[in-house]
Amino acid sequence: MSVDVSATSYWIGYKTIVIKELNRILRIWPQTLIPPAITMTLYFVIFGQLIGRRIGEMGGMPYMDFIVPGLIMLSVITNSYGNITSSFFGAKFGRHIEELLISPLPPILILAGYVSGALFRALMVGALVLVVAAFFSDLSIQHWGITIAVVVLTSIVFALGGFINATFAQKFDDISIIPTFVLQPMTYLGGVFFSVELLPGVWENIALANPILYMVNAFRYGMLGVSDVPLAPAFAIIIGFGLVLGAICLTLLKRGTGLRT
Amino acid sequence: MHALDVSNLKKTYKNGVEALKGIDLKVEEGDFFALLGPNGAGKSTLIGIVSSLVNATGGETKVFGISVQKDRSRAMAQIGLVPQEINFNQFEKPFEICVNQAGYYGVPRSIAKERAERYLKQLQLWDKAFRPSRQMSGGMKRRLLIARAMMHEPKLLILDEPTAGVDIEIRRSMWEFIEGINVAGTTVILTTHYLEEAENLCRNIAIIDHGRIVENTTVKKLLGKLDIETFVLDLGAPIDEAPRVEGMEIVLRDPTTLLASLPKSRSLNALFTTLEARDIQVKSMRNKVNRLEELFLRLVEKPQAAEEGEAA
Repeated sequence: MSVDVSATSYWIGYKTIVIKELNRILRIWPQTLIPPAITMTLYFVIFGQLIGRRIGEMGGMPYMDFIVPGLIMLSVITNSYGNITSSFFGAKFGRHIEELLISPLPPILILAGYVSGALFRALMVGALVLVVAAFFSDLSIQHWGITIAVVVLTSIVFALGGFINATFAQKFDDISIIPTFVLQPMTYLGGVFFSVELLPGVWENIALANPILYMVNAFRYGMLGVSDVPLAPAFAIIIGFGLVLGAICLTLLKRGTGLRT
Repeated sequence: MHALDVSNLKKTYKNGVEALKGIDLKVEEGDFFALLGPNGAGKSTLIGIVSSLVNATGGETKVFGISVQKDRSRAMAQIGLVPQEINFNQFEKPFEICVNQAGYYGVPRSIAKERAERYLKQLQLWDKAFRPSRQMSGGMKRRLLIARAMMHEPKLLILDEPTAGVDIEIRRSMWEFIEGINVAGTTVILTTHYLEEAENLCRNIAIIDHGRIVENTTVKKLLGKLDIETFVLDLGAPIDEAPRVEGMEIVLRDPTTLLASLPKSRSLNALFTTLEARDIQVKSMRNKVNRLEELFLRLVEKPQAAEEGEAA
């Protein structure tokens, strides 16, 4: 007869969500994995090779090397956010989220399962972009620990943000507004293509209010050993955002906002 | 212990609609229970609260003594739900849908695969198990909902109109499957609009209307309340007008079919005497099948009429 709840049953439940998410990502790989690789190849060719040659150096290194960490982070942020919004909102829209809502799984594990799926996609895409970058640049990663910590934490932060977006979304348009009008401008202005030192006076201070700038620069420090901002505040910002967004996600799930009547 | 124990359950939606007005309901362990009611009566809201998809405004729901509101996870482990609407991912394959559902309840993958095969075979879906579920017919999708709900072998299976829009052959095979599950010990709660389904399958019944339980008894006792019987008479030759017999209501449904309603206490002799006197030949006669339907309509019409009276 029926199962009871235990740590083992919860672990199996969590693993099931992660496996389901991975299967989804791999099943539709032409939509999930290939486009970022193609887009980033174009960035490397156009900005890195063609325009980069004229720019020369940025932050004390060839422009091509400078933009590699930023473009990896751009892919990680976009894919982490996009994965969870499309998957969770899709489940909500198709009502198969009810499979999870009527199950014994507590909200934290449902959230962890979806965030893990987004993290795996972000890491897969990040690794693909790194492979593409290897064709254009002779990179060697300076601090492995910092590089991995920043990419994982940043991916989790944006997965949590995407989850909130998907929770409130009523139609598919609602999951494209934030990426288009908020995330993309913030990422482009977050030091992906330029050093913040290039900005004049007040604009430099405004740029420093952008949290993505800290994420990109912490990642750049991990890969290249250079950064526009100190590492400690960068980690504090990433972890702080993660905790706040995580708490909001759990509150929404427990209340059933946008999910339960 | 009760499989389901609902006390003073209330639900008022944000738009002010009072879907449940303090419902009390008990379903015994092992029962095959019918929950009937017209559209909008509150059945789906009640099922939504029991399965934690809808938050109650007041009252308590216990499943095998476990409070849905206070200990949701343990309560949910006891329930399997077959919803009214198709709600699985139609891009996934039936086998995958079943195995994943078992996983959410903590069933190890190896056991989940065995169960998926067993239930998909029992519900005649095994040949579709590895094809995208969107390619299945409506009846197949409904059977997949049942297979999915059985994956963690729940102690309480709730079926919300499981046979809606399903042809009679498939409906009967679904009845057999659900009856088998009940015989094996699973408590079953069924909502349906096919009243003969409830009459044939269920032992106990509750009728809900306008957010209140208007009847809660055994199917046998409920049918015992039916004091008027209706007979269908197939005639040998067409007639123009229904004959009149005192104390009976006789309606000509079509030129060769008469419907005769009379109190159970009355004999049919007077009817046949009148028919013979008018030289009307009766080829065959049978009871009108939907006895429960007659009762149902009377029960749900009464409170409505009372409320309309109050409003006036």
